[in-house]
Amino acid sequence: MAISSQRSSDGSRSYSLYLIPGTIGFILIVLIPQLANLGLSFTAWKGVGTPRPVGLQNYHRLLTDDQFWGSMYHTLLFIVSMTVIPVCIGLVLAALLFDYVRDQFGEWVSSFFRAGFYLPQILPVTVAGVLWGWILNPVGVINITLKAIGLDNLAQNWIGDATYALAAVSLVIVWIQVGYCLVVFMAGLSRIDPSLYEAAELDGANWWSRLVTITIPLLAPEIFVVVLTTLIAALKVFAPIFVITAGGPDNATLVPSYLTYYHFFTTQRVGYAAAIAVVQTTLTIALAVIFLRFQSQQESKE
Amino acid sequence: MAYSVLSDGTTKAKATVAADRARRDPMRWVVLAILILLLAFTLFPFFLALLNAVKASAEYAVGGPLSIPRSIDLTAIEKFWTVSDFSRKLLNSVVISLAVSVLGVLISLFNAYAIGVGKVPGSRVILVVFLLGIMVPQESIIYPLYYMAKASGLYDTQLSVIIIFAVLQSAFGTYLLSTVLSTFPKEILEAAEMDGSTHWKTLWFVIVPVLRPTLMVLGTFFFIWTWNEFLIPLVMLVSNNNQTVSVAMGLTRGQNMSDPVLQASAAFLGIIPTVIFFLIFQRTLTRGIAAGAVK
Repeated sequence: MAISSQRSSDGSRSYSLYLIPGTIGFILIVLIPQLANLGLSFTAWKGVGTPRPVGLQNYHRLLTDDQFWGSMYHTLLFIVSMTVIPVCIGLVLAALLFDYVRDQFGEWVSSFFRAGFYLPQILPVTVAGVLWGWILNPVGVINITLKAIGLDNLAQNWIGDATYALAAVSLVIVWIQVGYCLVVFMAGLSRIDPSLYEAAELDGANWWSRLVTITIPLLAPEIFVVVLTTLIAALKVFAPIFVITAGGPDNATLVPSYLTYYHFFTTQRVGYAAAIAVVQTTLTIALAVIFLRFQSQQESKE
Repeated sequence: MAYSVLSDGTTKAKATVAADRARRDPMRWVVLAILILLLAFTLFPFFLALLNAVKASAEYAVGGPLSIPRSIDLTAIEKFWTVSDFSRKLLNSVVISLAVSVLGVLISLFNAYAIGVGKVPGSRVILVVFLLGIMVPQESIIYPLYYMAKASGLYDTQLSVIIIFAVLQSAFGTYLLSTVLSTFPKEILEAAEMDGSTHWKTLWFVIVPVLRPTLMVLGTFFFIWTWNEFLIPLVMLVSNNNQTVSVAMGLTRGQNMSDPVLQASAAFLGIIPTVIFFLIFQRTLTRGIAAGAVK
């Protein structure tokens, strides 16, 4: 007993050597920068010289900053285009491809659709931005086409007009996100016993009621995972905004990440930018903790 | 599906249902048409970029974006390639992504070996801290990293980006691999130890060969994620010579790009590498992503 326990502690000591590179990396790249950022958020600093401590002043200013609150409000709207709509579309598509198309047209057709819908998801967001920017700009594909078919009065400045810019960016985000939801849901569906569907069909349940009574309840774990991961992603959304609208026009598409970037590198109000980042980080960690708790619960159930 | 047992009544009924399902539903063409429309909407931007990238500017001016090009004209693609020094950007992206995927997999493997096999005390806590570390927004570390890179002379070097992403992505890798390694058969490890194998040898000659497919999937993920990264390379790699494809794309909007055919060419060139990865890794990717998200 005594020998074996001594042995195992020896063993784990030599195993812990393998944690050294990862831990040093983590401390340098994540931990120190996080703490530094937290520290900076209590200072006023232009990026040169010594940061001047100002206590909670940056956070006070956040409370009355319209740009900040506007960006938080836009985050709520982007949750709709990043989480709500893609999850709904993804659920219907996944159930359709799994429970109908596969039976009617075969596995191959179903996989083909899945792959096609997934393609925007692995495209670099900046490329998606160039692509859609080119389609949506005032002399872009949409407006040229509308004019060509005589619908001139429907042509709008989609990304330059504050009324439409938010909707235009949301459309691009939905386009990107549907594939992620679809693929995760279809993977989840593959563990559902097909005889459940057959039994339901025997009872005369149509496709829609099978979706509501079987598919959605059984996919609960996947739905939870997708909702939380996309919520976290929505809080951090940056590249599509940077590429398509740069937060404009008139701050109509401003998000916290872009505001932070802008203050860090353009206005050089480093302390203030750090404070915005801290607020955003706190929200993300809260969601991430829920996510990790849920996953460990799932694991202990299995 | 239900062919195996046909002896009792319920399975027979089930088999009939299965046959019914297999019997073609007249509605199926409507459903297929709707799905094709949706897919067409999804893929239309890709198609448009291809259509216009190979069009002569003069033809675009006359026929607009939807006309089918009468001949393949690669002038605009060549022009964007030269103007943006695209070969350089491609090379940068490949070097950075490849280095990150090798280094990231290595760090993940070491971490996971200590956590999953070595059961180092506190491994649960270590995992959670690593994971939380990468879930937070990158802007909250970008300024200190930028400052540190400047102070250490690593600013505007590809090495800075490689180190940062290798560490950030190894958190997910550690999580995935330690789950896999915690179920690694004890007998094999014990047998290796009996033969006098050291931890180091066991890792390389016993574990790595078995884990090779998983390590490849992980490496592929790291490669594509790094390829697509934007904020950190945007801040760290200011000089044109060091930029990645993703950053170059993100900056085209600000440049003078009034020629729509040139824009289509830019988008087209940005899409090509992704489509190539996609064709190569389609199965691995779609499966692996599901595994990564849920497991």
